[in-house]
Order: sequence, then C-alpha cells, then structure tokens
Amino acid sequence: MSEPFVRVENLKQHFPITRGVVFSKQVGAIKAVDDVSFEIYPGETLGLVGESGCGKSTTGRSILRLYEPTDGRVTIDGTEVTALDDEALRAFRPRMQMVFQDSYSSLNPRHSVAKIISEPLVIQGTRDQRKLRDRVAELLELVGLEADHMRRFPHEFSGGQRQRIGIARALSLNPQFIVCDEPISALDVSIQAQVVNLLKSLQRELGLTYLFIAHDLSMVRHISDRVAVMYLGKLAEFGRYDRIFSRPLHPYTQSLMSAVPIPVPEVEKKRQQILLSGDVPSPAKPPPGCVFHTRCPFAAERCRAEVPQQEEVEPDHFVACHMVNDPTVGPQITQRAGHIVEEVKAASGTGPDRQFTPARDVGNR
Amino acid sequence: MEPVLDVRDLAVQFETVEGTLHAVNGVSFRLRRGETLGIVGESGSGKSVSMMSLLRLIPEPPGKIHRGRALFYDAAETVDLLSLSNRRIGFLRGNRIGYIFQDPMSSLNPLLTVGIQIRESIERHTRLSGTQAKQRAIELLELVGIPSAAQRYGNYPHQFSGGMRQRVMIAIAISCDPAILIADEPTTALDVTVQAQILALVRRLTQELGISVIWISHDLGVIASLADRVLVMYGGTVVERGDVEELFTSPRHPYTVGLLGALPKLQGGEEQLVNIRGTPPSLFSSPTQCPFEPRCPWAFARCKTERPPEFFAGTGRVYLGGTESASTTQDTAESPEQEADEPFVAHRAACFHDLDRDQERDPSEPPAPAQGADKAAEAAGIGAPPSARGSASTDPPPAHTDSRQPSRLTGDRTGAEEL
Amino acid sequence: MSSRINALDPSQTRSWLGRTLHYLLRDKAGAFGLVLFLFVVLSAVFAPYVAPHSPLQQDLHSSRMPPAWHEGGDWEHPLGTDNLGRDMLSRIIYGSRVSLTVGFFGVLISMSLGLVLGAIAGYLGGRVDAVIMAIANLFLAIPYLLLVVVVAAILGRSLINVILIFGLTNAPLFVRITRGEVFRIRKSGYVESAVSIGAGRARILGHHILPNLIGPMVTVATFEMSGMIFYEAGLGFLGLSVPPGVPSWGNMLAHGRQYITFSPWLAAFPGLAIVVTSLGMNLLGDWLRDVLDPKLRRTAS
Repeated sequence: MSEPFVRVENLKQHFPITRGVVFSKQVGAIKAVDDVSFEIYPGETLGLVGESGCGKSTTGRSILRLYEPTDGRVTIDGTEVTALDDEALRAFRPRMQMVFQDSYSSLNPRHSVAKIISEPLVIQGTRDQRKLRDRVAELLELVGLEADHMRRFPHEFSGGQRQRIGIARALSLNPQFIVCDEPISALDVSIQAQVVNLLKSLQRELGLTYLFIAHDLSMVRHISDRVAVMYLGKLAEFGRYDRIFSRPLHPYTQSLMSAVPIPVPEVEKKRQQILLSGDVPSPAKPPPGCVFHTRCPFAAERCRAEVPQQEEVEPDHFVACHMVNDPTVGPQITQRAGHIVEEVKAASGTGPDRQFTPARDVGNR
Repeated sequence: MEPVLDVRDLAVQFETVEGTLHAVNGVSFRLRRGETLGIVGESGSGKSVSMMSLLRLIPEPPGKIHRGRALFYDAAETVDLLSLSNRRIGFLRGNRIGYIFQDPMSSLNPLLTVGIQIRESIERHTRLSGTQAKQRAIELLELVGIPSAAQRYGNYPHQFSGGMRQRVMIAIAISCDPAILIADEPTTALDVTVQAQILALVRRLTQELGISVIWISHDLGVIASLADRVLVMYGGTVVERGDVEELFTSPRHPYTVGLLGALPKLQGGEEQLVNIRGTPPSLFSSPTQCPFEPRCPWAFARCKTERPPEFFAGTGRVYLGGTESASTTQDTAESPEQEADEPFVAHRAACFHDLDRDQERDPSEPPAPAQGADKAAEAAGIGAPPSARGSASTDPPPAHTDSRQPSRLTGDRTGAEEL
Repeated sequence: MSSRINALDPSQTRSWLGRTLHYLLRDKAGAFGLVLFLFVVLSAVFAPYVAPHSPLQQDLHSSRMPPAWHEGGDWEHPLGTDNLGRDMLSRIIYGSRVSLTVGFFGVLISMSLGLVLGAIAGYLGGRVDAVIMAIANLFLAIPYLLLVVVVAAILGRSLINVILIFGLTNAPLFVRITRGEVFRIRKSGYVESAVSIGAGRARILGHHILPNLIGPMVTVATFEMSGMIFYEAGLGFLGLSVPPGVPSWGNMLAHGRQYITFSPWLAAFPGLAIVVTSLGMNLLGDWLRDVLDPKLRRTAS
C-alpha cells in the first residue's frame, strides 16, 4: 500500500474557557478534539462521522490550521503542516482547501461570483485579467455551472448552486487535498445527490484526496473509502468502510447505525432500535476513562478508569473499546453488530424496484 | 374509516415584491382518526405552509389563503378551519390541534420555566388550575420520558438538551388531548440518535393516546418509520399519495422515484446516486403545468401545457376526467358510496406518464413520451418503452419530440438551467 | 485591486446607478427623504446665491414682518423678518450651514474614531478589545450637555468646540457598532474561507471586512447626523452653541421664543427647518439600510 497522503497524529484542539474580561484567566478547556490519529491515502476519501459537538468540524479546521492545534502533528504530502510558520503556511494553503457547510455565509455577499472564484488566484499572484476570466469560466463549467454566471452574486443562486461555487473556489488553486465540511447537510435530498456525484467525479478526474465530514452515516458510506467515527473529541472506530459497515463493533457506532431511519417502511417499522439513554456529556467535562461509558450498555469498571486505545480487530479496522475483546462481553457486542447489519441488509433487498435515470455524471460528458 | 380532517383544494399565495408566490396550489387530503399521515417534500414544496395555513399561522398579509376548505370533524361539531373567526381558531390551536415546530429552542420562552409553559397551555384550554394543573404538567413530562419530572418542572429551557426540549414541546402539544397533532420537521435539528428516541416516543404516544398525526419531514427514512400513509409534495402540489409500504416499494411519480434513488443506502451497492437534475421550482410562475416537468426525464409536450391530475396507480392508469386541477379529479372520484375508504387507501400519482403501463392506453389519453425520454427509460433498465409496443396511435408524433430533451438528459453535471 | 476584478464584469458598474434609481423609485419614502436632504444640502452650499438678502442685514423699519401670505407681509421677505428686521428665509438658509457643518464633521470625527478603534477591538479581541471597550463605555457615561457647558465656559462658544464634543461623545456608538460587525464578519464563513486560501490580514480587512461595514456605517451615520443637527439646535436654544450673532437654527429658535405669542413665525420656521431636515435624513437612512444590503439587490428581473 502506498504512503498516506495525510497523516494526523495525536491531534489535540482544546479551547480555553476564560473568566473575567480585562484580567481574564483560564478556568478550564473544551476538549473539542482530544488525541485523534488517522491517515488518508492518496485519492481516497475518509469519511469523518459523528453527532453535533463531537469535534468533527474542528478536526477538519485544525488539520488545515484554520485553528492552531493545541498539540499533535499533521503531515500532508510529506510536509509537516503543524510546523510551518505563517509565511510558509500561506504558501502551502493552495494545496489544501476546504468546502464549507454553509454555502450562504461562506461566500462574501458583496462579491460577484467571478471575484469570489478568482480571489485565490489573485492572492497567489495572478494579475492578468484575461487569464483570470478564462480560469473562472473553466472552473464554473467544471462544477456544472455556466460561464455567464460569473457576473452574478451569491444570493441569486440556489443552495446547491452556491455549493458548486464554493467547490469551484476550492478547486481554483489545484489543491490535492480538500476538507469537505458537511457540504451537503444544508441541501435538499435531490440536490445532495447532485453535489455528492460532482465531488466524486471531480475526485476521479483530478485525483483529489478528501476528508468528508458528515453526520449522515449512509452518505458517508456512499462516498468514503475509509470511515472514522467520532464521539466527544475522540475516535471510536476507524477503518475501511466495508469493514465498519459489515461489522460495526464500537457500541457507539452500533447505536448510530441503528438509529438511522431506513426508507423502507416494512423493515423500519419492525426494527429493534438501540436507543441511547441520556445526552452527550459536555466536552468541557468529559467523563474519565472511555468517554462513552456513561451511555454504553456494556460499560464495565475498566471503562470508567482507563482510556481505551485503538486496537486493530481485523486488518484495516480499529476500535477503541475495552470490551470488544472481552471474553464474555465481546461476543455479545459482535452478535449485536450482526443483528444490526442483518436488519439493514433486509432493507436494501427490498428497495424500490425501479431505478431513476442513472444520470452518471462521470467524465464522459 | 371516518376522517378527522378533510382538506379540499387548499391554495395559499404570498404577495412579495417580486410578484405572487404560489406556495400551495390546490392541495387536498384527508386524515383518518388515529392514523399518522406523513408529508414528504423538499424546501419550497409547500408542506409547511399548507399545514400552517390550516391553523392560520401564516402571516396575513403577505400570505393569503386563496381558496379551499378544511373540515375538522371534532367530537362535538364539524368546522371549516379556513373560515373560522380568529377567536375560534385561536381556541382550537394548542387545544384540539397541537402543533410542534422544527426548532424547539425558539418555540419555548427562555424566561419561563418549562413547567409554567406547560401549565399555561393546560390552564388556557381546560378547567384545571393551580396544583391540579401542575400535577397534570408533571404527568405530561413523565409521559414524554423526561426523567425526574417533578424536579425538571422548575427548570428553564436552556437547562434542557435539544432532544429534551423537543420532548417538552410534545408535552405542550398533547397537553389538552388534541384530536390532531401536526409535527413540522420536529427532528430535523436533532442528532440521529436523539431523533431515534423522539420517533420511538411519538410512536408510543400515538398508540397510547390514539391521536391523528400529520408528520412533515424531508427525510424519507423518518416517514417510513412513522407514517401509515404518505403525501409527496412538490412545487406546492401533491404529486403522489398512497399507503406508505406501497408508495415506497413502487413509487409512481418520477419525483418520488428520483427522491428514493437519491438516497444512499447503509448496505448493498449503488455506485452512483440518482441525480435529479436542475433546481427546485420557482413558485412565481402560475401553476399551469406539471411543476416537475423541467426536471423530469420522462416529460413530454403535454406536461408543459397542462397540470396532470392524479391518476390511480396499480392496475393501469384510469383517467378520472377533468383537466383543470388535481382537486377536480378528487371530487369526481368521490361518489358517496366510494367515499368511505377509497380516498384513503388509493395510491395515486399526478403524472401523465404511466410508469407501469402494461395495458393499452385509453384513446383519450395523452401521447406517449418523446423519444428522448424513452431512451432514458431504457437506460434506466425499465424494459421496453411503452411506445415500442403500443399501437400507431400511441406513437409520439414528431411534434411532441422536445428538442431540448437529449441535451437535458446528458447535461447532468449542470444544475443551473433554471436560475 | 477591486477595480481590476471589477473589470471582469463590466455589467456591474454600468447597472449600479440604474439599480439604485430603481430601488429609490420603488421606495417612495426614501425618495422623499433624499429630495429633502438634497434640498437642504444644496441650499446650504449655494446659500449666497439662493438667499434673497444677507442674513445679517438689519432693517429696523421692517422688523417682525409676518410671512408674505399674511396680512402686512411682503414678498420681499417671504418668511418675514425678525425683530431686527433680518430676512428670516435668508437666515434659515444660512443657518443650515451651521447645522450641516456640525452634523457632517461631527459624524466624520466620531465615525473615523469609531471605525479605527472598533475595527482594532473587533479584529484583535482579547485584552485590547476589553480596554478599548472600557474607555468607550467611560465616554458614553459622560453627559454631553455637562461637557458642553464646561467647555463653553472655559473655551468660549465656538462651532469647533461643538463639533469636537459631538464627535467625541458619539464615537463610542460607532466603536460598538464597528466592533460588533467586525467581530461577526471575522467569524463568518467567507473570512474563514479567505484565510484558507492564504489571504493575509490586510487583504481580509480591506476586501472582506471594511466593504461589509459600509452599509451599517452609512446608515448609522445618517441617523447620527440627524441627531447631531437636532442636538446642535438644542444647544443653540440654550445659548451654548455658536455665538449669538451667527445665524443658526438653534439661535433663531431661542431668539424667537421671546416673541412666540406675537410673532410665532420667528420660532416656527427654524423649528420647521429642523424637523424637515431630521425627517429627510431619517427617511434616507431607512432607505440606505435597505439599498446597501446586497441580499436585496437583484440584477435579474
């Protein structure tokens, strides 16, 4: 296997909680990301999934150094991003880009589309008007818009189109790595598919590497090669998508998967869902030991005391759970995984018996 | 089964600086006692506006209920919600008809304890007061699964998590034993594990209390898990309706088909998600054609000139007569004898193109789709397009071939035609 | 830089005026406000050409003449004369110069201060922010009337003093607004995305933050200007603004008060001038707030 393109090692992002205004002092920290490590291979997509407040977006921003990481190391294509000084970082930025969740606020409302998409080029030194215009037109067509659209303003576009503009801007500097921060969460279902298909075809055409952040497990499965499940600032499970989706072993991944409603009524109505009790603890005061132990049905004494490490339960499948290999509880967990996957499989067998026009927007247009 | 709500030909418009916005265009449906009716649609489909206008919650002006009737068969009397006085509709709201909004935070007053807010609703609509009302409020909190309800009674909304707040909203909505509960995407802002908790709660409550529920959602999975029947809305109209199992397993409207195909799955494979090309419809143009036509791969000439009425699905298409609007169709479908059950269970789709035509067409029927569309159907693996088997009379005359068709089918990377 | 990018789409500059006119015509109140405002500004600028008489020219023979349409009035003095026989219309026209000068320069000073300090506080945050805001709040706590009285007592009555005092005491308002806006914009998605494409601080300030401040700033400035004109008149009425000889609306008002029972026009016309100017600027401000919001601008349709 080739070398990882992006390597994240022990990334920590703690935000200080301060009290007092003029003479403030730190009274604590929100551990938004706490000791997270993973790799992304070239041309692959890593799906980072978790619920709100789990630190997935923060992880993406820390990797791009939109936040200054508290600790840890991020290496992209051999360059240690976390070690770059301001000047070097600015020079490196073209190689790593971001597509934002809220396409409305991430586009300056006062700038025309031409200005928005050409801004990265201008910053990086292109001055020739003709060249800029040609590049903007090319990018707009690449993302499925028309060159004429460059004269318009963001508010004249629908949500899906604005997201395409955001993608065009991210692509303008020919990046190799793109963090997609919930790029489809705010879009309608029919538009989500358009954007995801676009991202996939761009990946194939341009050889991009993605970190795809989402809360929708099924969309993550659809787009990812590898999946990382995050809970309260830590990775619960990490591995190849087929491994995780055919054998979800972390109790949190299990409840997440079980909670996704499946659009097949006869299966969905009979499903035995695993309901989590209680709420997510505050990241300012995460529970000791395994952060999930307060809601985990399998939690034992050890889980309350000791932080579990990622263990490779099968090739390309890591789980951070003490109980998975426990001689008595382990089999129960594995059995539950089988049960969940069974239910989901039943659903996929009885899907709609007809396919819509398979508009494969591959490179053959 | 007896209906508890009968909505006929509801149309709602908004006057804006840009012109008249046709938010809802002739929506008709019935809600049976004790059933859960799911309404699926994307933003701008008119699903929330139509429900809010039933309780007259839309701001007037700029909004205006243009036409329609909404008969509410309450225990004591039958009233038309759309023509009631403001005072009487105010009495029904939160009393006989409960409403849950999407955002639990902004629907609760941050300055009052949740207990007081539940009590307020109870005291306004029932004879209970004082300690009795408090007792009832605590019972309700217990009913919606809030642990140590008696203590939580005195807490403020900000002390609750999003899921707990939504439980409080449900408690308020059911506090007066409503006949109908309208839930407007109450789980959209919640995480998926919290959503699962709320869905389980609602399922339990509807069984225990026998409330009729209208559940609005854009999430087909949520609808699958709760609803008995479904309305699919698009561009201010109902494009398909039917029993939830049937509608999900054999959708008849191209939009529903596309919507189901656009969803990724948790198991099994799909290499590519189905693209519904184009953008949601503009509601400014007056509704004289099929709202889905610009995005539909099966669209043909007639779809542009006429709004398709609802056709029964299943055993070939039966055209019910009347071409003005869907509502006309429904009215004609209801002879008094039929009225009993058929309008509820029938699976109908508002589309001229018969997706499962295995019978000869009625001669008065519209021509078969243009060639481009047939290619699309072929490409989709639907089997031989009907026109290939049809008689000469059903073959599309060349005039119907839409010259835009081929480009639309291939130009799928764009999403920008309808700016 | 921005002009270069604008060259990418010429339609932008060409249609700007048309769009603005379109919006002006649609909003009748805004158009009315603009007309009033322009009327006042133009008469102040061209006062020597517009005014029929010198504002200082006395004519005791025709003192306290009523307006022309009244019995005993004369079209020589359309709005009548004051007790020294000075032409009321001319004095009101010249008086607008004082009002507008105070309004314009007062706002200029407070807005410049506010923009700089507010932008620093909002952009840097932390301790700098805390200190600037503490000072701003301190200034906000000083009653401006007291300050005027003290300054007038020490330095004498002069236009410059009034302007400086207004400029300083109103600066905290602009500091607050600027800081809030900068803070909001700095957290916005498009600034974050500018950072992610390698934009430096200067570019973010110049291209993303300042242009987005223009809308709220211009709007607040209009309201503030109208406020200052109002307050200047108030100070004039109390005899704390410009020296008594200078024709200003406040002075005229104070003057006319003595004769209000016999010659009400002496107080009524300057009062009317103040009301009309304030009204015009407030209507204009409301309109600007809408026009400068890019979300309301639409090129299509």
